Amino acid sequence: MTNLLRIAGRYVLSALREMGRMFLFLLSALEMIFKPPFKFRQLLKQMRFFGNKSMLVILLTGSFTGMVLALQLYYILRKFGSEALLGPGIALSLIRELGPVLSALMVTGRAGSALTAEIGMMRISEQIDALTAMALNPIRYLIVPNIVAALIVFPLITAVFDVIGIYGGYLVGVKLLGISGGTYFSLMEDYVEMKDVLLGLYKSISFGLIVSWISCYKGFNSGFGAAGVSKATTEAVVLSSILILVWDYSLGSFLI
Amino acid sequence: MIELIGLYKSFKGQNVLKGADLLIPTGRIVTVVGKSGCGKSVLVKHIMGLLRPDAGQVLIDGIDITKLELTELDRIREKLGVLFQGGALFDSMTVEENVAFPLKEKTKLGKAEIRERVMRALEDVGLGDRGSKFPEELSGGMKKRAALARALITEPSLVIFDEPTTGLDPVITSSIHKLIKTTHEKYGFTAVIISHEVPGIFGIVDKVAVLHDGVIAQAGTPDEIRASTNPVVKQFITGSLEGPIDILS
Repeated sequence: MTNLLRIAGRYVLSALREMGRMFLFLLSALEMIFKPPFKFRQLLKQMRFFGNKSMLVILLTGSFTGMVLALQLYYILRKFGSEALLGPGIALSLIRELGPVLSALMVTGRAGSALTAEIGMMRISEQIDALTAMALNPIRYLIVPNIVAALIVFPLITAVFDVIGIYGGYLVGVKLLGISGGTYFSLMEDYVEMKDVLLGLYKSISFGLIVSWISCYKGFNSGFGAAGVSKATTEAVVLSSILILVWDYSLGSFLI
Repeated sequence: MIELIGLYKSFKGQNVLKGADLLIPTGRIVTVVGKSGCGKSVLVKHIMGLLRPDAGQVLIDGIDITKLELTELDRIREKLGVLFQGGALFDSMTVEENVAFPLKEKTKLGKAEIRERVMRALEDVGLGDRGSKFPEELSGGMKKRAALARALITEPSLVIFDEPTTGLDPVITSSIHKLIKTTHEKYGFTAVIISHEVPGIFGIVDKVAVLHDGVIAQAGTPDEIRASTNPVVKQFITGSLEGPIDILS
């Protein structure tokens, strides 16, 4: 029994230490955001990295999510004779929930993992040590541009996901299932409010912070060799995905 | 002058340094040799301020850098150039951009002057026509040369070479040794070289320090080391399998 408690205690302490290190890492990065010199070129490069790496997968998942939503919602709404509400149903589901969450999960798998691997490779090939030895702060050069880029790009990617999803839903609902195109869009205007859009925006910004923070932290502290980078990449994707879902519920329950 | 006094460092319960002492005179080339994994890189990472010792002091020109805050440490690092084992060139930049990077970030020099200095540095290391290449397009020897150009571009007063010739053939190894010697004569920096090239490295250094079991077993001129009666030193420089160095650990 004592042994079991000791093992549990050691596990809890190690988890707490890791959390502490993660928060200190985030704090030092956030502090650097507001301190010049600002690395604008690096920021643009990382914005391109997030956007470019993820756009195709966002277009594909966005359109199919909208199409599946249209099929399922049409089936449910028809039972209540409310097929006309298909447009607002799809728009609200996407804007409030599915757009931010699914696009964040997709970017995590596509760009977040690549980011962890890239920073991890920099760690094991001593490029991060080289920056430090040059008296240049690696957090400022590597981490801050990624966090700021993610804060800017995530809402834009989410917006693309939402719009593509709505048009995917239009394709199935209007072109295949025969709902009126006018009804699909006009009721959307009536039912979707600014607070719904803002909820989606807040979610996507916070997911941007989570994904860039976790991906950078895991890469920055990756272990030795290819196995270390591989482990860090897996951990970054798993932890980011879990935190996205946990934070989605928390934020949703506060701002509903 | 750099003085390492009673350095102790352990990782996860494994004692790597157990009271290492070393004196590195200003303007001299000192090499640290020892068997693989004995803690040579750990020792010099203390000089770069990348590691803090569990106990002991690292004095650079009389200042104990183990007690310094990060900003004060960065001021010491301004005088430092490092050639890392694999070169540590930034993958996303060309050779020219890599060499220009410290000047762009640390000085207020104009674009034309930076370019001129970079081209001169690349010429010095024999890479004048490779500036537009990316690191992955270079051979191992070229990467080390490019990294050397980057390490020297700010004209540092202390340069650390972490195994500058590991993995290179004997001819390229000799050319890198010669390059270190000529650049040292030109710039007059203090140099610390971690090396396995024994006795090849002896031809360019002023002092040899043999690290064994966490301490400096012996330090002296190349001739003193060659004539050493210390069994560890003797075994290491002759490469004998018989002796106190445990080849399996």
